[in-house]
Amino acid sequence: MSSLSSLSATFRHGVHPPESKELTSGVVVRRMPYPDEVVLPMRQHTGSPAEPIVRPGDQVERGDKIAEATGWVSVPIHASATGTVSALDHWPHPDGSFAQSVRIDVDPFSAQDTRHRVLPVWSGLSPKELVGAIRDAGLVGLGGAAFPTHVKLSPPEEQKIDVLLLNGCECEPYLTTDHRTMVDFPERVLLGTRIMMRCLGVKRCLIGIEKNKPDAIAAIERGLPEDLDIAVAPLSVKYPQGAEKMLIKALVDREVPSGRLPMHVGAVVQNVASVATIAEVFETGLPLLERIVTVTGPGVVRPANLIVPVGTKLRDLLEACGGLVDDAREIISGGPMMGIAQKSLEAPVLKGTTGIVVLTEDECKRRETHPCIRCGHCLEACPVYLNPQLLGSMARVGRYSEMEEEHLADCMLCGCCSYVCPSNIPLSQLFQLSKSALQRKKRAT
Amino acid sequence: MSAPGLLVTASPHLSAKASTPTIMWNVIGSLVPIVIVSIYLFRISALLVLAASVAGALLPERIWSRVGAVRDGSALITGILLALTLPPGIPIWMAFAGAFFGVAFGKLVFGGLGQNPFNPALLGRAFLQAAFPVALTTWPLPGGNWLAFKGDTLALPLMSANAPDAVTAATPLGLMKFEHTSTSLFDLFLGFTGGTLGETSAALVLICGGYLAWRRFLEWRIPASIFATVALLSGLFFLIDPARYPNPLFMLLSGGLMLGAVFMATDMVTSPTTHKGCWIFGVGIGALVVVIRLWGGLAEGVMYAILLMNALVPFINRWTQPTLFGSRKKVDVAS
Repeated sequence: MSSLSSLSATFRHGVHPPESKELTSGVVVRRMPYPDEVVLPMRQHTGSPAEPIVRPGDQVERGDKIAEATGWVSVPIHASATGTVSALDHWPHPDGSFAQSVRIDVDPFSAQDTRHRVLPVWSGLSPKELVGAIRDAGLVGLGGAAFPTHVKLSPPEEQKIDVLLLNGCECEPYLTTDHRTMVDFPERVLLGTRIMMRCLGVKRCLIGIEKNKPDAIAAIERGLPEDLDIAVAPLSVKYPQGAEKMLIKALVDREVPSGRLPMHVGAVVQNVASVATIAEVFETGLPLLERIVTVTGPGVVRPANLIVPVGTKLRDLLEACGGLVDDAREIISGGPMMGIAQKSLEAPVLKGTTGIVVLTEDECKRRETHPCIRCGHCLEACPVYLNPQLLGSMARVGRYSEMEEEHLADCMLCGCCSYVCPSNIPLSQLFQLSKSALQRKKRAT
Repeated sequence: MSAPGLLVTASPHLSAKASTPTIMWNVIGSLVPIVIVSIYLFRISALLVLAASVAGALLPERIWSRVGAVRDGSALITGILLALTLPPGIPIWMAFAGAFFGVAFGKLVFGGLGQNPFNPALLGRAFLQAAFPVALTTWPLPGGNWLAFKGDTLALPLMSANAPDAVTAATPLGLMKFEHTSTSLFDLFLGFTGGTLGETSAALVLICGGYLAWRRFLEWRIPASIFATVALLSGLFFLIDPARYPNPLFMLLSGGLMLGAVFMATDMVTSPTTHKGCWIFGVGIGALVVVIRLWGGLAEGVMYAILLMNALVPFINRWTQPTLFGSRKKVDVAS
């Protein structure tokens, strides 16, 4: 097993941004009070948006289903607080657009206690029943992309899966959600792992954790069960170590080919916070209603790791952390490398919101753009071995179909090229634009 | 809590500290010790040649390039590097003209910084070499009176310069090529020999280049492959016939090889973007240097070696494109 024989398993290329995790890495997870209103967008997972099944005026209890999945790659959405549906309208979405959302006025006198929605017994269920329960609970990957968990757990029959890989890298700077999940709830991570292994029928599991989290590595190692082949693999601290393809490369030394999925190399990858949530569903009998969110950055008065009801508006979340400092300038949903800058504090926390990072004037000084000097630093940074310099020059003149031939589709917008560019050319932004331009062109034809 | 004037930019929201001007100004900083030594060696003439060359490089950049381009430091580097490749006794109007030509025709006509195929300083020098071969091959001795010119320093433009009055010396490479006498390697290493402004101390060039490589502002693979190729090839010929061919250490330390390999071949704009490409580029330069020096009509070949390889960079880049992740190794699913 090559992955464990060397202590610094990793992938080639990548970058080393300052980790900046000390603000919250030692802060124990606590629960934030319920806000006055929660807003639940129908589009918060990869796949087709959910379809609302409530009307304004309906009373909902915490845990009630308020929107139905609309296909196989889709999940239902549940009320994250007891209250009254006040509106069904378009509301600011963290991706910058407006999305159909169910707004719930939270009942200030409710204890937010609720009854079981899922049978809190998992050991008697068959893999199929387990996957069904996970789907009904609205579970998605909590690492950012929010891919429906039940889809990952249902690979086609002919596809042999031999290993489950857990992602505890959390390579984005500032964020400590996965870190605190592993330190504060290691038994949940391991129970969730057990359930996932049963669903997939795999015998082996590797948990990849970057070496800058020794307490998480220790906490998970302490709880490792005797009867399962689960091992912790400490990985080098490097961005984007947590990207699926990079993690698979580091842990089992397999390269997922262009356009293929992890299952094509026999692996399923899941983020540790999502795994812990699987355990939580069967422990509490409740669907996915809340998640751990890191609220951090120099622009936040009291950085914290909070258990937050899904749908909490950023305004309420930041208030629970003491508010913003005076020179707060940029509020990012997600990590600073791939997260989205927010224009409105009305946008809510989604199932896939890993953290909120607030940067001050100092961190986001806009820097002048210079001509490309062909230094080649972007080629050394790109984790999937593209030529960002060439792609960037093509993007600037709109040669999108040529970019496609240069494998634009393999770019995962990790931002390494923009990060290292000494001329501050917004490469990953150009690639994002080129991808959308190509999509528009395809739709038009 | 009201939303302050929120900044909305595209990810990533962090960036590495080094910017293009940072790189350029660090290169300039690392050239300062070399400049100081050349002024010490060649006195007021060196100072005037440097000043003229820098002025000649900055003027076209100021006139024809984008606003603020002078501040990025790239034209200043061209000016300093060109001066360092010139003999100290050259009339300063020639230095000015060479730098002006290098920046205007070597860089700005292609679209400015980042667009030029050839190193502008070397192109400027190639222009001078073609236009004024005598002035470019007259080598005064280092040292002497601080205020005495080393040649027709202040000659008027296009007035034919008479044979210089100053005492001249042959360069070590010239001595080797045309008179078959060798120069002490230790003198070469420390730099107190005849030659251009900057082709003097190998040790100093290595130290300054080492700093840049450590800061990752210089691609070490290029000088490393140039040195290795020159040493290996010339070593081979030295072993075959030590009486006819110079010893490899002499080849490494003499002439403009150090300065060219460390500061000119590594110009980011005109060198390959891939690591593999940098190795090929360096080996090509090294081989051409040896070929020109041993069998060419010139005593020195570094300039043409680099310019020729500059021309090949687009092809080298094309040949050495990175292979997409996941397309090299066959996937093997266990079990």
